[in-house]
Amino acid sequence: MNLLLVAPILIPLVAAVLSMLLRTSQRAQQSIAVIGGMGMLTSAISLLDAAADGSIQVLRLGDWPAPFGIVLVVDLFSALMLLLTAVIGLAVIVYSLAAIDLPRRRFGYFPLVHVLLMGVSGAFLTGDLFNLFVWFEVMLIASFVLLVLGGEQKQLQGAVKYVTLNLLASAMFLIGTGLLYGKTGTLNLASLAMLSGTDAENAALNVSAVLFLASFGIKAAVFPFFFWLPDSYHVPPVPVTALFSGLLTKVGIYALMRTFSMVFVHDTDFTRPLFVVLAAMTMITGVIGAVAQGEMRRLLSFHIVSQIGYALIGLAVFTPLALSGAIYFTLHVAIAKTALFLVAGYVLAVRGDTTLKNIGGLLRSAPLLTALFLLAAISLAGLPPFSGFFAKFALVKAGLDAGEFLLAAVALAVGVLTLFSMMKIWNEVFWKDDPNAPAGDASEASASSAAAARITPLTSSARLLYILPLACLVLLTVIMGIAAQGVFEWTDAAARQLLEPEQYIRAVLGGPQ
Amino acid sequence: MSSVILRIAARSLTPLLSLASLFLLLRGHNAPGGGFIGGLLAASAIAFYAMALGPAPARRWLRIVPRTLLAVGLLVALSAGLPALIAGRPFLTGMWWHPELPFIGSLPLGTPLWFDLGVYLAVIGFVLTIFFALVEAEGEGG
Repeated sequence: MNLLLVAPILIPLVAAVLSMLLRTSQRAQQSIAVIGGMGMLTSAISLLDAAADGSIQVLRLGDWPAPFGIVLVVDLFSALMLLLTAVIGLAVIVYSLAAIDLPRRRFGYFPLVHVLLMGVSGAFLTGDLFNLFVWFEVMLIASFVLLVLGGEQKQLQGAVKYVTLNLLASAMFLIGTGLLYGKTGTLNLASLAMLSGTDAENAALNVSAVLFLASFGIKAAVFPFFFWLPDSYHVPPVPVTALFSGLLTKVGIYALMRTFSMVFVHDTDFTRPLFVVLAAMTMITGVIGAVAQGEMRRLLSFHIVSQIGYALIGLAVFTPLALSGAIYFTLHVAIAKTALFLVAGYVLAVRGDTTLKNIGGLLRSAPLLTALFLLAAISLAGLPPFSGFFAKFALVKAGLDAGEFLLAAVALAVGVLTLFSMMKIWNEVFWKDDPNAPAGDASEASASSAAAARITPLTSSARLLYILPLACLVLLTVIMGIAAQGVFEWTDAAARQLLEPEQYIRAVLGGPQ
Repeated sequence: MSSVILRIAARSLTPLLSLASLFLLLRGHNAPGGGFIGGLLAASAIAFYAMALGPAPARRWLRIVPRTLLAVGLLVALSAGLPALIAGRPFLTGMWWHPELPFIGSLPLGTPLWFDLGVYLAVIGFVLTIFFALVEAEGEGG
């Protein structure tokens, strides 16, 4: 147990170091990357297994007693997010074996991915706010380099916005943390949770809360801080975008849910209506932006924003069902959205373009890809029996139960628009004929040879590396839909642990508090 | 830069600065100093050498590729957590060993020093990787 809690941090670190040492050998780098990803998955599964009975695992690093030392804490919420990290990490690593070009790999693509995964795992594991800041930075530094790796001009343009906004967010996070420490004398989440109930009218606590909200809001791309995301996420190679979309904004959401359900609960009359507005505006602006886009990756990037709005419903309604639905939704959307980006990567690989009006006819040339896209898209839009349906059902039901009718209506309307924009991709990319193919079949032979020249053939092994992780993710969203009850048992328990932090406090600080 | 004074100064100052960085590393255990600041000083010693005599001689002086140094440093720092695991304590717990040496007496050796050594190497590797990349890019451009 001792080693298991640090394993999600140690495994990617060791993998990153080893592949830095063996950077001349591509074969070694690739095997280390895949083995590291599998190791993470194994450790995440064992952690979930340990947390599934509702117990909370704690590790005091360096044997320093809490709240003075840094603790790693795994409750169900953390364990589920760690499993998500490992699944998406492994899927993207396998996909990258085919989709990342040699110069980028030579420059250290795989070590960077591992450092990013280490940062994300650290953020999910830690039970200390300053340590959370450190893991955010680890993750951000790796993501900065991944974003500009390759050094194309548009990458640098996107990266400037990304870096500026995220550094601003980090500064706010740090100031908020400093104020909180000055006021309470502790940054340990458990002791903060213990203190939060006692001091309702507290200016410093409120300032910290607002700074944290803005900081995590920027990182999670919440309205009105979302604009950097669609501007930067479509510029790097697709596996990088897929990794970012699956994990980075989710860390922001995780931090929001963690702090605003355990620490900043002294003034929910103020925070709840605020989250209602933020959730609704994020959903609406995101989906409207998405509907207007004519390029696949930009469209999907706007959808990330709109989906973040759904996850915020958990904090807006703030009932056990709503939080449970929000956790389920976060898991669902990370998987479905990563799968959709991987589809976009495949389209880019075979057509060299992802602008909707320039491509078409993939239904005929790539039927398997079409099927996978359709499943992921329908799941994202929220049609039964996939995971998206159950996620949205729980959130809307929680909203109706709590009397937030407008919010529930917005969530449903945005669902329809999501379906609309997914159908837009379906019509343009898959259903309509390839606009570049000459009309008529008078010159069948020349048409097919022209098409063959444009469609870059993938070798069968590359094709397998593209399709396999994609298929696994799609399968997972289907399983999450079929086994929704089992998953909801976990997320319900996770939400209870968040809303009643007594167990968390006891586990970290020890003794009956 | 081809100043004679700078070149001669660099030849004798770089070893001295490196020695001083080791002093900082060891002193850091109970007083201000430590692996991070020691590593910075060592890296700046080599950077100074590179500015006086050019990046290629500096790389030869260093002998090891900075990125390897970075990786080795991280491995060393990581391995500092392992003795605690073997002893069944939480990861990174400080473990101590007190060998009796002639003349000195009991010398407390612990994993924190080993960890600091890892930090020292990693910082040198990290700073020099960036430094050489910038210096050599400038050489290509001009």
